[in-house]
Amino acid sequence: MYEIVAREDLAPVTKLFVVRAPRVAAKAQAGQFVILRIDARGERIPLTIADFDREAGTVTIIFQVVGKTTKQLSLMRPGEALASFTGPLGLPTEVERYGTVVCVGGGVGIAPIFPIARALREAGNHVISIIGARNKDLLFWEEKMRSVSDELIVCTDDGSYARKALVTEPLKELLEARGDEVQRVWAIGPAIMMKFCSLTTKPFGVKTIVSLNSIMVDGTGMCGACRVEVGGRTRFVCVDGPEFDGHEVDWDLLLSRQRIYLEEEKRALEKFEHECRCMEAERAQGVAR
Amino acid sequence: MTEPKPTKREKIPRQPMPTQDPQVRRRNFQEVALGLPPERAVLEAQRCLQCKKPLCVTGCPVEVRIPEFILALREGEMWKAVELLKDKNNLPAICGRVCPQETQCEAHCVLGRKEEPVAIGRLERFVADWELRQGVRRPQLPPPTGKRVAVVGSGPAGLTCAADLARLGHEVTIFESLHAPGGVLTYGIPEFRLPKDIVYAEVDYVKSLGVKIELNVVVGKTLTLDEILGKEGYDAVFLGTGAGLPMFMDIPGENFNGVYSANEFLTRVNLMKAYLFPEYDTPVKVGRRVAVVGAGNVAMDSARSALRLGADEVFIVYRRSRAEAPARAEELHNAIEEGIQFHWLTNPVEILGNDKGWVRAMRCIRMELGEPDASGRRRPVPVPGTEFDLEVDIVIMALGTRPNPLVFFESKGLERTRWGTVVADEQTGRTTKPRVWAGGDIVTGAATVISAMGAGKRAAADIHRYLMAGDGATWEGPRPAGA
Repeated sequence: MYEIVAREDLAPVTKLFVVRAPRVAAKAQAGQFVILRIDARGERIPLTIADFDREAGTVTIIFQVVGKTTKQLSLMRPGEALASFTGPLGLPTEVERYGTVVCVGGGVGIAPIFPIARALREAGNHVISIIGARNKDLLFWEEKMRSVSDELIVCTDDGSYARKALVTEPLKELLEARGDEVQRVWAIGPAIMMKFCSLTTKPFGVKTIVSLNSIMVDGTGMCGACRVEVGGRTRFVCVDGPEFDGHEVDWDLLLSRQRIYLEEEKRALEKFEHECRCMEAERAQGVAR
Repeated sequence: MTEPKPTKREKIPRQPMPTQDPQVRRRNFQEVALGLPPERAVLEAQRCLQCKKPLCVTGCPVEVRIPEFILALREGEMWKAVELLKDKNNLPAICGRVCPQETQCEAHCVLGRKEEPVAIGRLERFVADWELRQGVRRPQLPPPTGKRVAVVGSGPAGLTCAADLARLGHEVTIFESLHAPGGVLTYGIPEFRLPKDIVYAEVDYVKSLGVKIELNVVVGKTLTLDEILGKEGYDAVFLGTGAGLPMFMDIPGENFNGVYSANEFLTRVNLMKAYLFPEYDTPVKVGRRVAVVGAGNVAMDSARSALRLGADEVFIVYRRSRAEAPARAEELHNAIEEGIQFHWLTNPVEILGNDKGWVRAMRCIRMELGEPDASGRRRPVPVPGTEFDLEVDIVIMALGTRPNPLVFFESKGLERTRWGTVVADEQTGRTTKPRVWAGGDIVTGAATVISAMGAGKRAAADIHRYLMAGDGATWEGPRPAGA
């Protein structure tokens, strides 16, 4: 069992967990992910590693509540434990001294972009970070990102905090102004945001690395659920990625494959919420008596 | 019990295995074969001729003491039968269910020359199930040797190797990448053929010998082979990670929604229990019309699982003819009984999708058998102009598997073949890397549970020899095949 040692509510729907997993912490590198399972009946879900502490033997994960599993996870408290926590999986980020690099984090994608920005900075790069979210509530880790960036641009889609813009807008301006300087871009967030970041950088010919979030089961290359097409070739996100060249990814295929279980996900969430309501009602009745 | 006269004994017919009715079982995940009732088991045991030089044993990769355990069963000495059976086989309830006895022990049975061979597999299962009902007894263990062995993978090869080494007094830890032990026994073989309670009961027996199982450790990622031999302080490593990498056909449309590898489909259903969704969280797409490509045991398991999930029609599509189908005869028979439909001599050329990215049909071409190929089997060749579209909404690719290269990550010195399998000595399991042994599908490519167990057993014996030889032991790697 893997104990949750700390928890932080970054936003009403965005949670941070610090999980005790010494073997994972010992090997974790920027860009890698874990697969976790809540309990004996739980599904296996991949989550990118947001941070790790080798001495403490802990790994930090950040997730947004979107379905049954993340909803259930969001109800867990420190002291409780996860049934499994496997990793670090996938290939780490190729960290080199490129010169000037841009790290774009959208929404919950700010979590995985953080260790990448930090590693790139430690490798001697000039790191320009752009973080954004739909609104102020969904934004987090601004100070943490500032601490590992030479320049930081913050925006929200609705303008409720900082600049009102999609992350692609400052990204485009940056490339227009300093396109020759920027050697490489990392963009992590929802698939649609990564797609548009890739489309934005393409005309400038700046290599753009994205971290794909496809559906997985084992996470070790066994099942092929996560397959995507990159440069016309079928690749497994779990072992060949999760990072790929964004200009080569077949985004429409990824978006389509992410929707395979929409119906089932909806059903599972409704069932879980119904059970939660029943439990609450029972508890309320108990109190009334 | 009185010994019947030999003349009478030969007149006892081979005792049939009671099974669930095909019309009922095709819609449930309960076990198909129900096990011999005691009186039938004893009758069957009486058929054994008790050969002085038992040929059946030569057909068994782990050399189970077949006539001896059958004799004990016949005489009603059940614990003795258990002891004799488990002397060589640590996983008898599993083997009694999934071994291809018809090509192994039973193929060598002398009775089989004139009539049907003794149903050795059924008797093995009978004895093993009897023990599970009584409560498993742990054998006496020798004093600890102080040697530590790591086993990578908790499938049939790893469990066997670990159990044998523990019974020799070594300290054994199994590292398993998934959250449940058993390897292919857990994620691959369906509940209706091998109930998971049986797998876990036999895993518990292995644990009772002192074997530790550390789950959720992906060797190559969480720990490397070199770390196991280095800072983790193990004296030897056995690699039994199987052949877990799926193959696809590389035809257009293979990434449409609704196309599964058999590995994914079966892992969802078996390991993750998707057939119990939404009680269990993992979903699987059921499909109305399902095509399974391939005709091995994995293809049969996929097809029969799809049917049990509720598909209306399930088709097996195979490029060769029924005679070449690699599935066990029994599994093919079961599939036919349950109403699986077969397109022999048929090969998919493209998967067609709808505008939403979902499979709508599989374009196939008819094949005929041409000249024999390198494997000696007649090579299937397409018949021009015979393309047709098979309307399906789910396609499952059951084309075989290869070893997963993850385990080799960041570890040097392990020679591999161009098929991705590890070069290892057939008799000892030794690889080109000192203190590393390998066996099972990782060496042979996809094969059977029992052949993997045989390899695990031979490696355990050699690891023991090596560890007990002391500091003087030098590493002699694999001998070239045929030497």
